[in-house]
Amino acid sequence: MYHQATFDEPIVIDIKGRRTLKIPHENEGYKAQVPEEMRRETIGIGDREEFSVIRHFVKLSEMNFGADTGFYPLGSCTMKYNPKINDEIASLDGFRMIHPLQDSSEVQGALKLMYELSELLKKITGMDEITLQPLAGAGGEFTGLSIVRAYFECKKELDTRREVVVPDSAHGSNPASSHMAGFDVVQVPSTSDGTVDIEKFKEAVTERTAAFMITNPNTLGIFEDKIVEMADYAHSKGALLYYDGANLNGIMTKTTPAKMGFDIVHLNLHKTFSTPHGGGGPGAGPVGVVEKLKDFLPYPLVTFDGEKYSNDYIPPKTIGKVASFYGNFGVLVRAWTYIKMMGEEGLRDACENAVLNSNYMRKKIQEFMPVPGKTIKKHEFVASSVGSGMPKAGDIAKHLIDNGVHAPTIYFPLIVPEALMIEPTESATKEEMDLFIETVRQSLKVSHEMFEKEPVNLKVTRIDDVDASKNPKPTLRMVRKEQKEALQQII
Amino acid sequence: MSNDLSELLKELQIQNPDELFKDIPESIRTSLLGLPRGMDEDEVRRLAGEYAGMNKTVNQQHSFLGFGLYNHYVPAAISNIINRNEFLTSYTPYQAEISQGIMQALFEYQSMIGELLDMDAVNSSMYDVSTSLGEAARMAKSITGKDVFIVPKHMSRNKRAVLDNYAKGADIKIKEVEFDERGMIDLTSLEKMVDDNTSGVYAEYPNMFGIIDTNVPKIKGIIGDERIFVAGVNPISLGVLAPPGKFGADIAIGEGQVLGLGLNFGGPVVGVFGTKEEFIRKMPGKIMGMTKDHNGKMAFSMILQTREQHIRRERAVTNMTSNQALMAVAAAVYLSLLGDSGLRKIGEVNMGRTRELMDVVREFGPFLPYESSPVFNEFLIRLNESKTYVNRIAKKYNLNPGYVLGKEYGFTDRNQVNIITNVTERNTNDDFNAYREFLREVA
Repeated sequence: MYHQATFDEPIVIDIKGRRTLKIPHENEGYKAQVPEEMRRETIGIGDREEFSVIRHFVKLSEMNFGADTGFYPLGSCTMKYNPKINDEIASLDGFRMIHPLQDSSEVQGALKLMYELSELLKKITGMDEITLQPLAGAGGEFTGLSIVRAYFECKKELDTRREVVVPDSAHGSNPASSHMAGFDVVQVPSTSDGTVDIEKFKEAVTERTAAFMITNPNTLGIFEDKIVEMADYAHSKGALLYYDGANLNGIMTKTTPAKMGFDIVHLNLHKTFSTPHGGGGPGAGPVGVVEKLKDFLPYPLVTFDGEKYSNDYIPPKTIGKVASFYGNFGVLVRAWTYIKMMGEEGLRDACENAVLNSNYMRKKIQEFMPVPGKTIKKHEFVASSVGSGMPKAGDIAKHLIDNGVHAPTIYFPLIVPEALMIEPTESATKEEMDLFIETVRQSLKVSHEMFEKEPVNLKVTRIDDVDASKNPKPTLRMVRKEQKEALQQII
Repeated sequence: MSNDLSELLKELQIQNPDELFKDIPESIRTSLLGLPRGMDEDEVRRLAGEYAGMNKTVNQQHSFLGFGLYNHYVPAAISNIINRNEFLTSYTPYQAEISQGIMQALFEYQSMIGELLDMDAVNSSMYDVSTSLGEAARMAKSITGKDVFIVPKHMSRNKRAVLDNYAKGADIKIKEVEFDERGMIDLTSLEKMVDDNTSGVYAEYPNMFGIIDTNVPKIKGIIGDERIFVAGVNPISLGVLAPPGKFGADIAIGEGQVLGLGLNFGGPVVGVFGTKEEFIRKMPGKIMGMTKDHNGKMAFSMILQTREQHIRRERAVTNMTSNQALMAVAAAVYLSLLGDSGLRKIGEVNMGRTRELMDVVREFGPFLPYESSPVFNEFLIRLNESKTYVNRIAKKYNLNPGYVLGKEYGFTDRNQVNIITNVTERNTNDDFNAYREFLREVA
């Protein structure tokens, strides 16, 4: 039986005390001397002891659920185990205490690591050059699409190539990134087997198409087996092919984006390459490209002349920069560590086990719930809680978390009604998967009234998200402001 | 093969997991990628130790290098908290009830940043300050419907290069406003530039030269309510400097790396982003909001998700999905530890120590082009020597005097070196002595 720790913790601003943290030189009488019009009067976050801060945040952490707490089959997020050695290595002084603007002669070790990571990722994707600069998957998408734009601008075709084609099963970030890079989005429907409708695809891809953007396996966990045909067709129309690498864990070592015909690839190191996701980030979204796009990559790129590493190469047609410095280096160190330890065999095992787990769960779930699309899945699959007596996907999710099992991604992809997107990854035992399946099966018997009361084993029960967004209170000062206004109305 | 595996294979009636990949056409299957064999922990630790050892850390030299990323002290409590497995290994809190811990921590980050900025709405992080600026320019266009965004001519090229990329995709034209002779925004030029096409103006304090620009408070009055004023701040300076909200800023951004994140060769850092209440629905990024559960108990929710890509797709306010949440938690721990008194103190120490080093510079000659302008913890020093010579002498004293501004900043005189020197509370008197000896030799 699962019971989450529950504390009624105040907002840290309201925890009062005296500061115990000492600041260097604090007793040497230094003064600020700020021009009067720019002087700070009050601040408003209060003081407290270090022990109070630690007790507070330790309690908050206990009211949170991570992949180290339990099974976390959140679809499309690849919540695999994050080896602890990754964090230890990223915290070495030699990596932690270096400044990105130091002369390259002083940071040869960091540049060597980045260079090696790029070489490893080139092998895994089959791409010819890699930038490690994008700070997350969507940052990678924006980088890749900015390269698409620059490429056609250079070819003087940008005036006509205004569209990016995406399947209706695509991650929402794909159309959003396309729009941010200045393109119009054209959506292609999927067929009942869950893959892109090839006829509709051919209608959509024209001389107006700048790029076709797809993740493979797709968000239903299905391998798009007509990918070569689609790639050839898109290329014949002069368009580029963009690979959304969010689902790479499902094919890693079995094929590469290059083999499938892709020109641009982004990877999510926080998914496939085991870097911890930190409750939302940091991630890292390296982008790989084929030879003809190398000159458009963001600057600077790490180069090696056989003796020393440099960090000042500016590709001749560079799109510029997508981050202040060279990427989320601490994340890059962790991914390097992971790949070094896995080797080719380890990565193959990871992929095979992830796919094996996913198909095992798919087969078991299918016994009592529809799983649309082709039978064989890759790293994930989508169940659809529709049919007589089926609970809503949202209710199943709350029933799962109430039992100490993290819920799958729900209501995505949008093309599947009452979607439950399940990705066990390779980091799951049969017992954990069986418990998940059993809990979902049980949820079919839970009455509507019971669902209303769930969850009961967590810090809070159901939250009124609609009201929370109708009256947004993103800071304590807005909470207080509203309380004050309410009070004045009463008076 | 473990028991688990054979049972799973049996259930699926297959002999080998590879059979689950038969839907990948043979023509595109790979046999070997050519990756090296896997190492064990001890091997990888040794190898990583070797690489780490090839780097010269800021602790192994007298470093005054800042320019966008600063060597502030990182309290031990921070890594202790952000390495808590429950925070570290969780995903974005899509299931709110089981993720209240990180949601409260992020709400606290937003709340404390809200106080620092004097802004009502703050998001739970952007990637870094450069992407915060790019998003702010997009937001200014989205609010006003205008497409010219004005920025200072003198700002970090890194920030500017990212902004240019964001602007290109959104059809925003960037125009530059000059500095006056004190190294501050030239208000007369600005007034002339602002017209019907202007969506907003970006200005920094402290700016690229470290100067506390006393013209910033006048900007909002010049551009008026119909245009967006984006203020760029250094969050660690806000214990002593007035907040951007006081100067009528519509959006405030900054690099949160200074709030206990360390250097890490430039990342992960955290982009600070705040705005006025009225613009919250135009703000990018994930936002935690305080609300109640069905029993009336305090709870947190990820609010206004209909702005976001997973629902709004191409009409979303931004494409962002992952952010820098854990770094926002780190900043929250940092701000909690320092509190009001610590923030004020760290501002005083940074300003006081910087002034002290500037006094050292004055002993050797008129090397401070903006001598009379107040600075926070960085200043411009101009030496009439070649870069090669200056570097050689600095090396002799194991000193990094700061970031050398090159031709990309318009400094082309080969017989002159322009350096941005940064002083933080971590700089010791030994560091100061090395700087003094260096000056004695080059001056």
